[in-house]
Amino acid sequence: MRDITKRFPGVLANDRVVLQVNSGEIHALLGENGAGKTTLMNILYGIHQPDEGQIHVFGRNVKIRYPRDAIRYGIGMVHQHFMLVDRLTVVENAILGTKSPRWPLLDLQKAREEVRNLSAEYHFNIDLDAKICEISVGMQQRVEIIKTLFRQVRLLILDEPTSVLTPQETEELITILKKLAARGLSIVFISHKLEEVMSLCDRVTVLRNGRVVATVSATEANKASLARMMVGRDVLFRTMRSTHTGGKVLLNVEKVTATNNRGLQALKNASFQIHEGEIFGIAGVDGNGQVELAEVIAGLRRPTGGTIRVRDVDATDLGGPQTREPGVGYIPEDRQKRGLVLRFPIWENLILKSSTSPAFTYRGVYFKFYEIRASSETMIRKFDIRGPGLEFPAMNYSGGNQQKIVLAREFQLKPLLLIAAQPTRGLDIGATEFVRRQLVEFAEEGNGVLLVSTDLEEILSLSQRFAVMYEGEVVGTVENNGSIDLGEIGLMMAGSKRLYDGNRHM
Amino acid sequence: MSFRSILVTFGSIFLAFAAGAGFILFSGINPLFAYGSLFKGAFWGIDNLSETIVKLCPLLLAGLAVAFPLKCRMFNIGAEGQLYLGALVSTWLGLSLQLPHLPFVLLLTAGGFLAGGIWGAIPGWLKARYGVSEIINTIMMNYIAIFLVTYIVRGPLQEARKVFPQTDPIAKVAELNLLVSGTRLHIGILIGLFCAVIVYVIFWKTPLGFQIRTVGENPEAAWYAGINISRQTVFSMFMGGGFAGLAGMVEITGIHHRLLAGFSPGYGYSAIAVALLGKAHPLGIILTALFFGGLRQGAGSMQRLAQVPVTVVYLLEGLVILFILSGEYFLESRKEGLKTEGG
Repeated sequence: MRDITKRFPGVLANDRVVLQVNSGEIHALLGENGAGKTTLMNILYGIHQPDEGQIHVFGRNVKIRYPRDAIRYGIGMVHQHFMLVDRLTVVENAILGTKSPRWPLLDLQKAREEVRNLSAEYHFNIDLDAKICEISVGMQQRVEIIKTLFRQVRLLILDEPTSVLTPQETEELITILKKLAARGLSIVFISHKLEEVMSLCDRVTVLRNGRVVATVSATEANKASLARMMVGRDVLFRTMRSTHTGGKVLLNVEKVTATNNRGLQALKNASFQIHEGEIFGIAGVDGNGQVELAEVIAGLRRPTGGTIRVRDVDATDLGGPQTREPGVGYIPEDRQKRGLVLRFPIWENLILKSSTSPAFTYRGVYFKFYEIRASSETMIRKFDIRGPGLEFPAMNYSGGNQQKIVLAREFQLKPLLLIAAQPTRGLDIGATEFVRRQLVEFAEEGNGVLLVSTDLEEILSLSQRFAVMYEGEVVGTVENNGSIDLGEIGLMMAGSKRLYDGNRHM
Repeated sequence: MSFRSILVTFGSIFLAFAAGAGFILFSGINPLFAYGSLFKGAFWGIDNLSETIVKLCPLLLAGLAVAFPLKCRMFNIGAEGQLYLGALVSTWLGLSLQLPHLPFVLLLTAGGFLAGGIWGAIPGWLKARYGVSEIINTIMMNYIAIFLVTYIVRGPLQEARKVFPQTDPIAKVAELNLLVSGTRLHIGILIGLFCAVIVYVIFWKTPLGFQIRTVGENPEAAWYAGINISRQTVFSMFMGGGFAGLAGMVEITGIHHRLLAGFSPGYGYSAIAVALLGKAHPLGIILTALFFGGLRQGAGSMQRLAQVPVTVVYLLEGLVILFILSGEYFLESRKEGLKTEGG
C-alpha cells in the first residue's frame, strides 16, 4: 500500500501511509485506538475507499472497491466480531459465499473433504459438523481462518484476534499462524498488545495519529521502544494499588444464581466478598457470566437464588430496575451503547441517572437548568473532560473523554461500591491511566470496586484479590500477592482447573 | 435540527411540487396557474384561511399523537382509531349530559383525551409487557374503533329519525365557541397550539420527557440508568392516544356537532406524514399541519379554477414524504461513514 490517505469529516484517519507486506511474512500493525489501523485494513479489504494512494497486490496496481474484489485478489480478513452463521455447521460456514462445483446444487461432501484436509494440515482440531453456536469463541475464530483458506487466501488480515482468547488459546493461535506463514501465507496482525507482537511477528509497522511512525524488524525492537513509538513518549508499566487495608465487609455475595436474557443459567452459586478500600477483580474470558454478575449486583437483573448484601442492607431483590440504592455505581462495559446516549449533549448524559433528583429539579417535575449547568461544568473540570462543550452530543467526544463522562456521572452519585466492567477497553494509554488512577483513589477513600476485566494485566495491576469465572461459576478466588502463576490462572480461565482452597470463602 | 435537514425538508417540498408540475403539464394545464389557484384557495381571504386552519387543527393534534410516542421509539399508526374513540366518547357525553358551557367543554375534553389515551395505551402495554409489535396492534385497533363507531351510529346512538348513520346533535352548550363569526373557525386551534406547547415543555424541560427521549434514543442506556422503560412506553402511547382523542373531540364539538360514520378524511393517517415531516418537533408539526391543511383546503379551488383534480394534492403529499425519507436516508448513510472509523 502506497501513500494511502483517508479523510473522514474532521479526522485525517490515514495520512500517506505506506505498508509493505512480503510473502510469508507476519507483519504487525501496532498502534493505539484511533491510530488508524482498522481504517487502513478496511481500505485494503474494500470497505472504505482511499482518498489518495495506490494498492499493489503481487506487483499489480489494483482498485479494491468492495470486499469481493479483495477476496478475488486473495485477501482475507478476520474481523474482531465474527461473521458466522450461528445455526450452520463449520463446513457450511466455510463454503458460505463460494461457488459450488456442482452449482446450483451444494457439494457438501467435497467441501467437507477439503475443510478436513485444511484442518488436519494446520492442526485446527475442530469438529466439522458442530454448529457455530455450540463451539467456543476460539474455535469460531478458527472457522473464520478456515473460511479464508478455503477461498485460497494469500494475505490474511487479523483484527485484534487475541482480544477474545484465553492465554492458552492465544498460544495455539500463534502456533497456527506461524505454520501458515511457513507455507508462504502473508499475515497482517493488528494488535496493541506488545507481548504478542514481539513473539509472533517478523516486522512491525507502528501507526500513530494516522501516520506511520516506523517499520522495524521485530528482532531489532523491544517492548519499551515499541510502546514509545505508539504513544510518542515513555510509558511506565506500573501497577497502582489502593493502600487501604483491613476494611469491613462492604459487599457480600452468597451463592447467587441468575439467568441471562435468553433464560439460560448464566450464574451458578457465585460467592465472594469485597471489603472497604478493596479493588476486587473478576477475571475470565468474555461471556462467562461476568456481565450477568455485574448486573445482578447493580440491581438491574433479578437473581434466581442466593443473597447480596451491601454493608448490612439486603440488596438481593431491589424490585426492578434500580441502581441508586444502596449506593452501587456501574460503569457498563460498552459505554457507547449502554453508558451514554451518543446523540444527547454532555449535560444530559451527566444527569442520565439523576434526572429526578431534588438537586436538579423542582419536585422532580421541572428541570433546574442553572443548577444542572453549574454541576456539569464542575464535573467537566474535575474529570478533565475535553471536547467541544456542554451542549455538544457525546458522539463528538473521543473514547477516553466519553469514558470520563460515564465516570463523572457515577462518582457524582457517591456510591459505596463501583462496578467497573472493562473500564479501559479501547482507551489509549493516557486515558487508561486516568481511569485506573480514579478507581484506585476511589478505593483508597474506603469504598469498594468490583473490576470486571478480560485483560488479565489490568486485574493484576489494580486488584488486591480477584476471582476467576468460567461458565457462570467462580472457579477460584486468588490473593494478588505477587506470586501469581499465570499458567494456572489461564487454566482456570479455560475451565480446566478449579481452586477449592480456603480463599474461596474468605 | 441541523441546517442540512431543514434543507432536505424544503428541497423535498420543492421537488415534490416540481414532479407534480410534470403531471399537471401532462394533462395540458399550466402548472403555475394550478399552483397559483391552490395557494389562493388555501390562504387568500378570511374564508379560505379560516378553512385551512379548521383542517390544520385535527392534523396538528393527530400529528402530536404520532410524534409523542415516536420520541419513545413507538410507532403509533393508530391515531385514526384513537381519534374515532375520542370522538365517540365526547359525543356520548355531549348527548347524555347537561352542564354549563365551560365545565361541559372541559369534561368533553378530558373524556376525549382519556378515551383516545386508553385506546393508545393498550397497544403500548402489550408492547411493554409481551413485546407485541405496536405497529400491527395500532393498525388493527384502527379497524376496531372505526367499525365500532359505524355500528354505534347505526345502532345504539343513531339519530331519532333513524335515517342517516349519525347521532343526534350534541347539546348546544357543549359546542366549541367560534373565533371568527361567520366562519367555521373554532377555538380548537387554541387547544391544538396549547397541546403543542405542552409537548415542547414535557420533552425539553422536564425529567419525564427527558427519560422518554432517553428510552427512544438508546433503550439499553436507559435500562442501565435505571429508567423504567415499560412505564415510559405505556405513558408515551397514552399521551399520543390522548392527543388523537382530542383531535376527534374538536372535530365533533367544533365542526360536525354530532358523530357520523367516516367523519374523518384520514386525519389520523396523514398525521404520520405530519409527524415525520415535522421531525416530531412541536414547531415543525405546527408548520407541517399548516402546509397539509393548506393543500387540502386549496385543492378544491384548484379543481374549480384550473380543472386539476383534487387527487393531485394527495399525490403531492405522497411525493413530499418519499423525497423526505430518501433525503433522510441519504443524510444518515453519510453519517454512518463517520461512525465506522475505528482503531
